[in-house]
Amino acid sequence: MKLLTHNMLTSHVKGVTKGYPLLIKAIEVKVNEVEFNPTFVSRMIPKLEWSALVQAAEELGHRQDLPSELVADYENNEDFLKKVHRAMLEVEVIEGCLQCPESGREFPISKGIPNMLLNEEEV
Amino acid sequence: MAAQCGRSCLRYLLHLAQDNLDFRLPEIKSLLALRGKPFSPEENFKEKSPFWILNGICEDDVRGFMARSVCAKSAFELWGHGQTQSDLKTSLMNYALENMTQYMQKDSTYRINVYTFNKTLEFAERIKRIDALEYIPFEGTVSLKSPQHVFCLLEDYGTDPNDIPENPYYIYFGRWIADGQRELIRSHSVKNRHFIGNTSMDAGLSFIMANHAKVKENDLVYDPFVGTGSLLVACSHFGAYVCGIDIDYNIIHGKGRSSRKNQKWRGPDENIRANLRQYDKEKMYVDVMVSDASKSVWRKNPLFDAIITDPPYGIRESTRRTGSHKEITKPADGIYVESHVAVSQVYYLSDIFTDLLNFSAHHLVMGGRLVYWLPVYRPEYCEAAIPLHPCLQLISNCEQTLSSHTSRRLITMEKIKEPEECDSLAQMAEPHVSLYQGHNAFREKYFSGQNKRGAKEDNKPQVNGEEANDS
Repeated sequence: MKLLTHNMLTSHVKGVTKGYPLLIKAIEVKVNEVEFNPTFVSRMIPKLEWSALVQAAEELGHRQDLPSELVADYENNEDFLKKVHRAMLEVEVIEGCLQCPESGREFPISKGIPNMLLNEEEV
Repeated sequence: MAAQCGRSCLRYLLHLAQDNLDFRLPEIKSLLALRGKPFSPEENFKEKSPFWILNGICEDDVRGFMARSVCAKSAFELWGHGQTQSDLKTSLMNYALENMTQYMQKDSTYRINVYTFNKTLEFAERIKRIDALEYIPFEGTVSLKSPQHVFCLLEDYGTDPNDIPENPYYIYFGRWIADGQRELIRSHSVKNRHFIGNTSMDAGLSFIMANHAKVKENDLVYDPFVGTGSLLVACSHFGAYVCGIDIDYNIIHGKGRSSRKNQKWRGPDENIRANLRQYDKEKMYVDVMVSDASKSVWRKNPLFDAIITDPPYGIRESTRRTGSHKEITKPADGIYVESHVAVSQVYYLSDIFTDLLNFSAHHLVMGGRLVYWLPVYRPEYCEAAIPLHPCLQLISNCEQTLSSHTSRRLITMEKIKEPEECDSLAQMAEPHVSLYQGHNAFREKYFSGQNKRGAKEDNKPQVNGEEANDS
């Protein structure tokens, strides 16, 4: 699971009102190199919850020097876009789980793939 | 015939493949819309004809959409046309010389192809056709192997193979510009795909879907019934980043029985990511998850540029969602193990559409498109059966016939406004949608033709097998 995906996920456990962002409990994290594409990163930034991305990268020990505030004029700041690219697309949680911040429900991640299915009594 | 005007108002001839007829017009329209250009055909435009003449675009537009189209075979700058050889000559003689001269210079090389639709010509006949064009003032040298300019004489003998006329109904002459992407159908064939399932979408239709969805470079595309990821493969080919979910743990993890004839179990690394890697598009892979499309896990924002999917209709795969009809008595214990298999219940067809349209209204960016398949029992089909949503405008609706009484329709919708409170329900309550309400009733009808044939052995269609839920 990439942090781009994590940034777009929210808890869907019944009755939960503050389900975002999901907490990440990582057992194995990998950095897979992905070709840098500044246009795509620039297009995604307005869709991101910035603080959630920074927090997630921090939790995984891969924040490096990602600033806590989004910089102005980022489209032309290649250095900055590269940092976002790395956090968003290269850092991957391979084993671990996602946890709903309100209910505590955990969603396992195995072989890089989250399992978001709920049990029958939770839907 | 041909108007005397500059290069700005050139006309272009499109030669289209004669299959998937319904899908061609929306494809070309969508690809032109991607370039902000209108679709403006010549006056007596016939949709089912293999030849279309287009106005109001430039050569770059033609190259642009030919780099995407799987419905179009070739495109030409139209120099002349007519019903007879002499009409063609008149038309060509009237064509502005300034549009032609740069392709007929002394030091240039060229060749002329003869293409006949619905008729095969002998070699000698083809040479005759070329010789008859001597009135065009070519000054260059012929080069059959590597010409700088290629010209083509196209003759249309109609579409009825049992009634081929002596002389063509229509003749065109033009300068070849580009070929379409028919080659993708072979290069991306499911036969050679690393990871497939029982219902993997064929390559041609996958690319057509991506074109109808106006998928473009740097888009984020989502498939809520991803299966083996055939649609994601097509979208990634056009430069989109892709993600998807499926309720089937085995499909997402590439486990279980193989869909290949000579292979019992799926091998290691049979998964969607490996499929993208096979075509050198792993860089476009975002994520796939095991998840239930009826219980959205995405935050409610316009996240996706396109949603493109082949939902399970319980016809070749089972329709399921998590949940149980039984009263729940078992305590949860707070333990959630990976091996837990959630009880799944039947997912009604009408609910699939309601969920899909509502989800799209919330999660598509403005102008983003939803493209999906709708199964149809043909005797009862009417346009009012197409599910609607106040935030989504119907763009196209193309039929692919499956049998005398069944078909599926490729529906394309575009988001035109952000949903408000009152838009939260798709317009599903109306009686026409009852076609899809009784899930099993629809499936029984869908299979009724087969039933009539096999009625003696089996009255009830068994479709809810254990096969993988895959698209």
